[in-house]
Amino acid sequence: MIDSWLEALCRELDLYREQFPRFETVYLGGGTPSLLSDQQLGSLMEYVRRSISILDGAECTIEVNPDDVSREKAGLLRDLGFNRLSIGVQSFNDRLLSLLQRRHTALQACEAVAHAATAGFDSISLDLMFGLPGQDWEAELAQAVAFQPGHLSCYQLTIKPGTPFHALQQSGEFEIASEETLVQLFMLTDSILDDAGYAHYEVSNFARGIEYEARHNSRYWQHLPYLGLGPSAHSFDGRTRWWNTASLPEYCQSLAKGSPVVGRETLTPEQLRLERLMLGMRTQRGIAREDVSADVSVLERLERAGLVVVHDARVVPTARGMLFADRLPLVLE
Amino acid sequence: MRHIRNFSIIAHIDHGKSTLADRLIQSSGLVSDRDFHNQLLDNMDLEQERGITIKSQTIALPYTGPDKQKYVLNLIDTPGHVDFSYEVSRALASCEGVLLLVDAAQGVEAQTLANLYAAMEHDLTIIPVINKIDLPAADIERVKEEIDAELGLDSDKALLCSAKDGIGIEEVFEAVIERLPPPIGDLAAPLQALIFDANYDQFRGTVVSCRVFNGSLRAGDTIRFMSNQATYRVEEVGVFRLKLEKRQVLSAGEVGYIIAGIKTVADTRVGDTITLDDNPAAKVVGDFKEPKSMVFSSVYPIAADDYPGLVDALEKYKLNDAALNYQKDSSAALGQGFRCGFLGLLHLEIVQERMEREHNQAIIMTAPSVQYKFILKDGSELTIENPQYYPDPMAIETAFEPYVRINIIIPERYMGAVMKLCTDRRGSNSRFNYPSPKRIEINFDMPLAEIIYDFYDRLKSITQGYGSFDYEYMDHRPGDLVKIEMMVNHEKVDALSFISHRDNSRPRALQYCERLKEEIPRQMFKIIIQGSIGGSVIARSTINPFRKDVTAKCYGGDISRKRKLLEKQKKGKDRMKMVGNVQIPQKAFVAILKSEKD
Repeated sequence: MIDSWLEALCRELDLYREQFPRFETVYLGGGTPSLLSDQQLGSLMEYVRRSISILDGAECTIEVNPDDVSREKAGLLRDLGFNRLSIGVQSFNDRLLSLLQRRHTALQACEAVAHAATAGFDSISLDLMFGLPGQDWEAELAQAVAFQPGHLSCYQLTIKPGTPFHALQQSGEFEIASEETLVQLFMLTDSILDDAGYAHYEVSNFARGIEYEARHNSRYWQHLPYLGLGPSAHSFDGRTRWWNTASLPEYCQSLAKGSPVVGRETLTPEQLRLERLMLGMRTQRGIAREDVSADVSVLERLERAGLVVVHDARVVPTARGMLFADRLPLVLE
Repeated sequence: MRHIRNFSIIAHIDHGKSTLADRLIQSSGLVSDRDFHNQLLDNMDLEQERGITIKSQTIALPYTGPDKQKYVLNLIDTPGHVDFSYEVSRALASCEGVLLLVDAAQGVEAQTLANLYAAMEHDLTIIPVINKIDLPAADIERVKEEIDAELGLDSDKALLCSAKDGIGIEEVFEAVIERLPPPIGDLAAPLQALIFDANYDQFRGTVVSCRVFNGSLRAGDTIRFMSNQATYRVEEVGVFRLKLEKRQVLSAGEVGYIIAGIKTVADTRVGDTITLDDNPAAKVVGDFKEPKSMVFSSVYPIAADDYPGLVDALEKYKLNDAALNYQKDSSAALGQGFRCGFLGLLHLEIVQERMEREHNQAIIMTAPSVQYKFILKDGSELTIENPQYYPDPMAIETAFEPYVRINIIIPERYMGAVMKLCTDRRGSNSRFNYPSPKRIEINFDMPLAEIIYDFYDRLKSITQGYGSFDYEYMDHRPGDLVKIEMMVNHEKVDALSFISHRDNSRPRALQYCERLKEEIPRQMFKIIIQGSIGGSVIARSTINPFRKDVTAKCYGGDISRKRKLLEKQKKGKDRMKMVGNVQIPQKAFVAILKSEKD
């Protein structure tokens, strides 16, 4: 199955050679890296490099689980040209890791970070989660900061219906953090990481200096073109967005004869503006003042409430404003 | 005439009236089983959802009797709500008999009795029909006892059927032919036809439903409406089949339709008598009443620039609803709109829903009001239907509010609770009747304003649905009234203000504050809702802002989905009205009517 997926992935890349010839960032993620053998990973990257041009100084990220990262694996990933490693730590607490049904332990998470550092990655990012039941978030955050990673992603626990976690919560196994608690944790994270020198440049993302910001993900938020390959992947050329079938077998079959694309939309100027508002309100870059059609009084009110700052013809959310990232577009629109 | 029967089916809600009507239509062979559309008579979406008939539909069923004679059975449908009781009475006046449907499991219920009285008032022949006999819970013997004891009818003559399964349908047809009298009328007398309904057809204009009592009419005749002497030239007459079916003539005893170049339904009056211009009848059929607006509310477009759309939609809507009255109105908070008069609250809700569904108008309706009258200190008189125009309290000599006589029929066991409800709502001058054992009929004089605030809902709730309720306007009487201003974040919202009796003002204002708190969604800022009389606050509630609204992740594959959600929310926002900096949803404006929680 993996071989046919790899085969299909290469076919899909072929389809876009002319439309997307050069890349400033590459991101291999979504859980698949862990499924590939070293050899498969090697031949995939070799094919990628042969097919397209990856610019000098490009950011090449690979997502890994802590239990994937041995000293050897870390070295291999460096050799394959990856210069940024995103490690799915989630938590430094074994009880919470098992609650989250993760395979790794807190110790493995620490080891993975250490291996990555010694392998010489330019940038390491740790994924963490807050709002977990009985979590000492401050302690976990301090532990993460102690590794001095260039980048941190701190996600508020989100329970989706249909997941095992949701079932546990429904059965009263544990209590979910209140809205008020989540707000406090969010603001606490902002202030602790600010003290530690991390800029809160997106709702859930923090960088120890601009050079550590995720350049790849920033493209999404800045509305720049991106090419996504694989089942469910979305792509965007600045006007049109299209996406692939979510089913792996369908994905593989469709590439044997044509295209796996199952949906496509060309955005109207109004939709583009709405997306700019929506994405901009998640980041420190904010949005262009001219994209806001709401009354000046609305902006002033938001400014007084400490939710946005207006400067240099841009409207930028504060940390507290980012807490309303999904609402502000409706207010500003 | 010997081969005509005019009848209605009357029943307590859910006792199977629509199902039986469907089965009769189906068995008459008027419609093939394949085309059969369930509950054919209630053909508006809204009616199907609410399970009640609003606009009645009539149908002529062809039937060959056991005597091999061909009969025409006119099934006249009746609307089923208190707001439309006059329409019901006109439909019943067009019949010679009724099928009184009783559920074999539920037995005789409040509306069964109320319906029986209505039928008896019109001297109709009543055929009791026990429906749903196939239900496991059916108790035919008990229901028969109830029919004897409580309805005073001969239960031996009750028919047994299951409309759902088509059991006993032939017997129903036979009883209609054998037991209901044929209509009587004089073909040679001047024309007298009673209007019991009117509908607007976009191609044909107004289609008037009528029962001819005497004389006859045909295309080319000039008819006259006896209430206003308006005359029209008849273009077509016919009978109701699944579609309108043209006939040469409509004669005494028949039920049918008239198309006569009548522009709108509003040009006709249910209950009016039609006669011939050149040979008029001496008197009308029954008593004619103009529809009287009892409840008033203002209608505004949600988007102010949609006013022309609202004008257009109201005009179109009015074509098919003679009971709706409206005139121009404006509000500081809501802009240009219309002040509308309705028969009652249900009528109001129906108009609101149909404007949205059928005319695609996003509208706001303000808190309903009744009509108040004032004698001012300078001796002048003032009538208002809109709290906005409430006079300066210092200038009022006497305020008057409308009173109605309410009529409630309930099983005796609910008497205490109903008495309390009525006296709580300022009911006075109570009278009691015992129409049958274990049943009590209660009359009160009551301010109409007390009824439009959830009275019927409360009555249904405390009598578990056994309460039947009807009311009739009496007169205007002096009352100690006050106007309550509602404020949202200290900004007066004229469209939310209302008039109340002083004694009730505080609890009602509190209830409204709480209701608004439930209806207005949390926003990014704290919202304070206040009710005040003459500037002093008497009630208050607070809507706390939400603390956050953000999803943790937004990457390449999330953007389209998130934008679509945003577009949807934007649409929802378009359906709210900005008052100051607060978004108020449509339904908040009528929230005051919703039943208080028990």
